[in-house]
Amino acid sequence: MTTATECLLRMYEDHHRLEDYHSGVPRWCNGCGDNAILAAVQRLCRDNDLAPERTVFVYGIGCSSRFPHYMKTYGFHGIHGRALPIAEGVKMARPELQVFVNTGDGDCCSIGAAHWVHAVRYNMNLTMLLHDNHVYGLTKKQASPTSPLGMKSNTTPRGAYLEALNPLTVTLGVQNVSFVAQAVDWIPELLYDIIAAAYRHKGFSFVRIIQRCPEFLPKMFDPWLHDPNRTLLLAHERGLKIGAGTAKLYKNQRQHDPSNIHAAREIASLEDPIPVGILYWNPAVPCYEDVRHAGELHTPGQVRKGLEAELDKYTVWPDAEAGEARAQPA
Amino acid sequence: MDQATLEKPAAGKKSISTLTEHIIEIVSDSGEGAQRCGQSLGGIAARSGNGVWTEEIIPAEIQPPARSVAGASGNRVRLGAKRITNGGDEADLVVAFNEQVLLGRVRAGELKPGCTILLESMWAEDRDPKVARSYAETRDRLAAEGYRVIEIPMERECRKLVADARRGKNMFVLGMLCDLYSLDMGLAREQIARAFGKKDQAIIDVNVRLLEAGRAWAQANLDFGFRIPAKRAREPQIVVNGNTAIALGVLASGMEICAMYPITPATSASHYLSEVFEKVGGMVHQAEDEIAACAFALGASYAGKCAVTITSGPGYSLKQEGIGLAVMAEVPMVVVNVQRGGPSTGQPTKSEQGDLLSVMFGSHGDAPKVVLAPSSIEDCFYAIITARKIAETFNMVVVVLSDANLATAQQPFARPQFSEDWLAPPVDQSAVPAGARPYDWDAATGLFRRFIPGQPGGMHTLTGLAHDRDSHVAYDAESNEEGIRHRSLKLAALQKTLRCPRVFGEPEGDLLVVGWGSTKGAIEEAVERLIGEGRRVSALHLEFIQPMPSGIGEILRRFDKVMTVEANWGDRLEDPVIDAENRRYTALAMLLRSRYLVDVDCWSDVRGRPIKPGSIVRAARAKLDGAPAPRE
Repeated sequence: MTTATECLLRMYEDHHRLEDYHSGVPRWCNGCGDNAILAAVQRLCRDNDLAPERTVFVYGIGCSSRFPHYMKTYGFHGIHGRALPIAEGVKMARPELQVFVNTGDGDCCSIGAAHWVHAVRYNMNLTMLLHDNHVYGLTKKQASPTSPLGMKSNTTPRGAYLEALNPLTVTLGVQNVSFVAQAVDWIPELLYDIIAAAYRHKGFSFVRIIQRCPEFLPKMFDPWLHDPNRTLLLAHERGLKIGAGTAKLYKNQRQHDPSNIHAAREIASLEDPIPVGILYWNPAVPCYEDVRHAGELHTPGQVRKGLEAELDKYTVWPDAEAGEARAQPA
Repeated sequence: MDQATLEKPAAGKKSISTLTEHIIEIVSDSGEGAQRCGQSLGGIAARSGNGVWTEEIIPAEIQPPARSVAGASGNRVRLGAKRITNGGDEADLVVAFNEQVLLGRVRAGELKPGCTILLESMWAEDRDPKVARSYAETRDRLAAEGYRVIEIPMERECRKLVADARRGKNMFVLGMLCDLYSLDMGLAREQIARAFGKKDQAIIDVNVRLLEAGRAWAQANLDFGFRIPAKRAREPQIVVNGNTAIALGVLASGMEICAMYPITPATSASHYLSEVFEKVGGMVHQAEDEIAACAFALGASYAGKCAVTITSGPGYSLKQEGIGLAVMAEVPMVVVNVQRGGPSTGQPTKSEQGDLLSVMFGSHGDAPKVVLAPSSIEDCFYAIITARKIAETFNMVVVVLSDANLATAQQPFARPQFSEDWLAPPVDQSAVPAGARPYDWDAATGLFRRFIPGQPGGMHTLTGLAHDRDSHVAYDAESNEEGIRHRSLKLAALQKTLRCPRVFGEPEGDLLVVGWGSTKGAIEEAVERLIGEGRRVSALHLEFIQPMPSGIGEILRRFDKVMTVEANWGDRLEDPVIDAENRRYTALAMLLRSRYLVDVDCWSDVRGRPIKPGSIVRAARAKLDGAPAPRE
């Protein structure tokens, strides 16, 4: 076989179609933002020709975490709040795998909050999508940490008692943060561009996706849907490039250099208009798996050598003098 | 020994008594180096060919107040002519750096009546009259109670060599003990070179001078000494504590990732592993919490080789949800639980065997997992290798139950001969045959070959939800039952491969003492003594507790009476509200009763310290004689 034909064959083999990432028919509610995110992610996999066998999606528990069952890659549907540490273990064991984490506002910002903060610190090369619909859907409408003050739910029948937690400011407040972006499910082209930028970033990419829950909060985002000026697009040559079509509709734009963390924090604090785009990007932050994999390769020979050297330290030799000579560090 | 009195050090001809064994305690304030002294003594004796068991005496705080009864820190060293398997009964000789830490040991009942006490004498002239008075009163009272108290001017002698005697007294004491126990000074010097190996030669030299000064002082001033016959081992031996053995086992098992969160008394295993693991391509991840440590290990296991997480009881409680997920998704994982006193924060530095049932039955729902309990330092090493193998063969969680007693005790054992069979095979990256299903449970054994990310054609989503053979979420009755059934079958399949443990002593008799974990040495020593008294007593020690090997029920039935000895709580029949109907049995007794329908009694001690052979002897005698169980 010539090299050329081999290349052609390989091209054929490595080329994936959207269907290669489809698995089953999503069973989310009609109009659920999760459908838009799934579509964007499947498109991303196809466009980057991600080998399904070398791609792992890790999830916690919640509506968002039904996601893996609809992806034809490896998936790990874990336990509530713990998707991040599971994904970190996957990445540490197998840095060559492409690892994504899908989580929700309850999963990440409530029960898994400790892991979220530390995942930012570790800065492992993971793409994390926070499906933030401001409500617990799977357990049927309870307030979540991102529910706005006054929001009525089954656990807050007289309205939510607390100010909502802002996932962007929290993430931007953690040392070692390297990528923070925000998308909304109702602008699919930007949703795709933002997830693609997150995927390209080497480090922990945090993408908060504001999404609608037509079942429990059908009107929550109507004001933003009806008034494009209440969405603030962040554009920059190092960030998002806004296409002409989108720019025509969403005129409220701001040039924001994503390397400016102070500006990023200021923008992150905005609630109305909703900022959409890349708030912060620093490709220079080292990844934990790179820092930690600096040692030797794990081979039987290396294990033998290392173990024998350690045993030498603690060995009492039958012939003390010979033992001494052997046990002396070189 | 002489009628115990307060003795002044006397020069003169030494009388050397030959002993079969002796128990020595060295206690000081925290930070005065008694622990290093004890460990060095153990090391020298081991190299001489004595049987050795050393135990740490640990205060609960890092820096407890100086001169406090609760602050005693140091070592117990039991030396013998033969192999020593436990810390023994009360101490025969104590070296105390002040009278308060000594009192701590007296009050804990750790000293033999009339035993020899070598006491630092500097406090007699302390500037604080309260201290001087306390010293004199304690010294005189102990002498009056029959202890042989010998005052030693340790501080004064050390000050001749170093400005800060606090940092050097331990080596002076080591020299003294080398003289008292007729140990080889060449080995002692080597031991010091080894202990201070990372520091510069000047430090080693100072310590050797202190060692020699201690020996010279003892030679000149102490008119007694001991000799414990020693027999050099023919094979190389290693001397480590249980936690180091666990860490070495992790290294030898071929695991690559250990995820942990700091917790006493487990952490020293991870400390050591952090130091050495990277040299063989492994890594220790200190996670943000116990839950994350377990999830990290689980993720690593799922995507690669089986990983390990090391913890103690409170951490284990937090890991339960992750362990449940590993059981449900059938991902291999090794979990080490170095037990401490519980419940809740309990007694962090003290030993207990209180976690057996929560480990076996923990996690909601039916969550079968393998539980094995090493019973010696050597076992700690091999248990990890076995655990990793079982975990990967059966796609199960394997819990290794050690405890604070094994964690800090040292005992020489044959140097392991490394075998590549111990290692995990490389991660399978071959293509999955068309039509293969991720949970293709074998009907007889429940076993299946798991698909690992990277294997083409094996893409599936692992889930903690009930699932079918395709790993699809399945809420139907058949799929749920099929999954539960196969996960349970794996335990039985493993059980079929296990050998029944050997009975220690005669195969039948009047009483069988059953134990598990760190109590093995003490139980077997007690049984030996009882046999020596003409009693028909044997012992059985379980390493696999879940599953339990076949043949145990038969062994139990060959004895007239059966009693477990455990370090977890069992209600006592002498308590007025306790009767046969409401009595809560100790963990193993409960398991044996329910599985074998044998009337198994239990005797237990939850005082946080290793159970003494003498206590077991008394309990067994009472059981044989139908007398009430004795209490310490």
